Amino acid sequence: MIESDRCLNCFDAPCTSACPTHIDVPKFIKKIGTGNLRGAALSILEANVLAGSCSRVCPVEVLCEGACVMHRYNKQPIEIAKLQRHAMDTFHTRGGRLPMKTDQERSEKIACLGAGPASLAAAAELRQRGFQVTVFDKRPLPGGLNTYGVAEYKLSTEDSLREIELIRELGVEFRFGVDVGDSDALAGLEQEFDLLFLGVGLGAMHTLGMPGAEHSAVVDALKFIEDYKLGLSTSLSGDVVVVGAGNTAIDAANAAVRLGARSVRIVYRRTREHISAFDFEYEHAKQEGVAFDWLVQPVAVHAAENGRVALECLKMRIDESGLLHQVEGSSFRIECDLVIPAIGQSPLVGLLESVRDVQVERGRVVVDRETGQTTNPQYFAGGDCVNGGREVVDAVADGKRAGAAMAKLLEGVHV
Amino acid sequence: MSKRPDLTVDFAGIKSPNPFWLASAPPTNCGEQVMRAFDAGWGGAVWKTIGAPVQNVSSRYSSIDWNGQRMMGLNNIELISDRPIEVNLREITEVKKRYPKHAVIASLMVESNREAWHTVVAQAEDAGADGLELNFGCPHGMSERGMGSAVGQVPEYAEMITAWVKERARTPVIVKLTPNISDIRVVARAAKRGGADALSAINTINSITGIDLDTFTPRPYVAGKSSHGGYCGPAVKPIALNMIQQVMSDPDAALPMSGIGGIGSWKDAAEFILLGSGTVQVCTAAMHYGYRIVEDMIDGLTNWMEEKGFASIEEFRGLSIAKVTEWKHLDLNYKIVAHIDEAKCIGCDLCYTACWDGAHQCIHMDRVSGAVDGPVEMHRTPASVEAASRSRIAVTPVNRADIASAFRGVEHGPFATPLARIPRVDETECVGCNLCSLVCPVEECITMVEVDTGRAPETWEERSRLAGQGASC
Repeated sequence: MIESDRCLNCFDAPCTSACPTHIDVPKFIKKIGTGNLRGAALSILEANVLAGSCSRVCPVEVLCEGACVMHRYNKQPIEIAKLQRHAMDTFHTRGGRLPMKTDQERSEKIACLGAGPASLAAAAELRQRGFQVTVFDKRPLPGGLNTYGVAEYKLSTEDSLREIELIRELGVEFRFGVDVGDSDALAGLEQEFDLLFLGVGLGAMHTLGMPGAEHSAVVDALKFIEDYKLGLSTSLSGDVVVVGAGNTAIDAANAAVRLGARSVRIVYRRTREHISAFDFEYEHAKQEGVAFDWLVQPVAVHAAENGRVALECLKMRIDESGLLHQVEGSSFRIECDLVIPAIGQSPLVGLLESVRDVQVERGRVVVDRETGQTTNPQYFAGGDCVNGGREVVDAVADGKRAGAAMAKLLEGVHV
Repeated sequence: MSKRPDLTVDFAGIKSPNPFWLASAPPTNCGEQVMRAFDAGWGGAVWKTIGAPVQNVSSRYSSIDWNGQRMMGLNNIELISDRPIEVNLREITEVKKRYPKHAVIASLMVESNREAWHTVVAQAEDAGADGLELNFGCPHGMSERGMGSAVGQVPEYAEMITAWVKERARTPVIVKLTPNISDIRVVARAAKRGGADALSAINTINSITGIDLDTFTPRPYVAGKSSHGGYCGPAVKPIALNMIQQVMSDPDAALPMSGIGGIGSWKDAAEFILLGSGTVQVCTAAMHYGYRIVEDMIDGLTNWMEEKGFASIEEFRGLSIAKVTEWKHLDLNYKIVAHIDEAKCIGCDLCYTACWDGAHQCIHMDRVSGAVDGPVEMHRTPASVEAASRSRIAVTPVNRADIASAFRGVEHGPFATPLARIPRVDETECVGCNLCSLVCPVEECITMVEVDTGRAPETWEERSRLAGQGASC
């Protein structure tokens, strides 16, 4: 309450503009301030149906809170994420439900492929407008990376699923364990559904691509986090090396610390200035006790005693023009129990290529940005498969825009 | 070293080491409290009203919080002292014995007959009180029994009882006025006619502070019911200042004035004194923070007086009375316009929306698109400005270049705030109402600057007189 009173209630607020889903931040904060928590949650959900997850995983330092005018007033920005989480948690605890936007049922059917944030946002938007929506996913649980890929300490599986349950309650149908990845399956769906939304995300993580990389002590970051989230791995005792310094690498390193690893170090071939992790993520990992080895390039994995491995590395240097060079004769080995590569996800090339007439460039589906429509007018797309891998909130924004555009298209056709 | 300003006052014959008195209220309920208050620095205390003892209810107070601040306004339904008269009198004697230089005023309220008043006046003075304050103001409970504001709302009663008291009193008599009346001057004049030596104002204002939205019962809650109470605290200060100005600028009403109403700091006190008060009385602030607040009241007022070159309270008392005039005497040709300091602006744009919705539509968001001066039709409305932002596709900045362009991009111009978010004032349309400068959260960011209209000062009275004479403009 006190925090909500600090909000200046800016006009055309920069926090709202900075949010990809344009949550009306001052509006919901003032509602919290007046004790209208239900109204606060509903105004958040109107913009972002996965607002609970976003309040936990959003990099708010570079979004709403980063845009807060308080920065220019030498004051702490309003703690928007915490306020949003408070509103959403209260909403969920009190059994709040998502509202429909119309009483009218419509007969048109839409398939959302993939049950990640983009598809869920599109599905909710369409269902709220009365359309018949089915979400497909090859996994047994909905949520995509929210459920499987975001480190547990940020977003628990339970919190992710709770939020998606509200979308199911709207009347969205879910079909799990369905692989739609071939032309025949897609052709069937094209017959059954009026429009299809591709929210399939990215493919497998890049492998290390070096001798010994197939050793059982090498587990990619998403698999590692997934096992941790689903409770398949509950403890860890040895030394862990994470390769890469993006946000996922940080998630994996922090997760390893929390699982009880004796030591966790991140090796990265460039320096602190080049990492793609956000500054606050880097600081967080340092506080967790993660060590960083800069200018280190792994080149091979060797089996060592007691099931351990030795990661062979080279020292690197950066010349004046910024080019990276191996330092000759600098080879050394880091012995450890687990190597976690976190060097990015590859695009789902196979699946995307089997979709008729949908143009794909450098592994990304080409869409009209306003509507999410692909070059095949029956298909819309959004999320990581379009943007190459951004935040949950970007996927939600894509899905919502596409959902609204699909609804508009169908409503236009049948009027 | 020059002599420090002198804070001592002689208020209608009552001497006090400083003008800060505790008002008749819970902080002056008993001798033990009053003595601790004097130790903390208070110059005087008006004893919790003495009369036939009452029984109080529980609970008794309720308050208004505002934007995270507690007790912006306080409401009470407590009656006068619930202790035996003899105990109060004995303690007054004891306090005066130990603190002979401090002012102890007995606040009195008894039923409306001459005998009763004569008795209580004699008792209080015999106990050693330096003065008497007649409580004609308490708006709740006591008024139902024909006392308090029931007296203060009828000029004839107020005059009559004041006269009865003056028949017997040897010490100065202060009449405490109720604000629950359409013109406070009427009762002030009556008190003066009755022979009062001084006035104090204002007593609390009739109020219901709020209602519990679960039980539908107003606060304070007493066994399923509530009752209207008396409102005080920072919220009532502007009302009190106005009433004091009204009384002090009326020759038939003006007497030495003890100012009361929302005083919590030396600044508040200075304002009351500038409008003519000889002493000030404090209650809510002391109830909120304790007696210790007087330290800064004394220190701050002394420093301010020194800075302004005032050697005594009398040197600045009443200086602002003449600066309050009737509207018809204001200069119609004086003009100010708002000026926004770009270097200080944080881009909250509250001034923009305030000007459009609450004032005269002369602040615009057009620093980037190009300045346009003129009437409202020529500008984008707030709704269209907001819609444009909402329809813009925003993405999370995921690398350094993204972040740099999102927060330090070229569009920011020479100031920390992006130029597009710094509003611009159309000075040709600005009426100089002050609203934007009032809503701006940044100190000294929006200032009001005088512009020369090229016209000689002229009041509405002068203009209508000229018009009446048939002069043309």
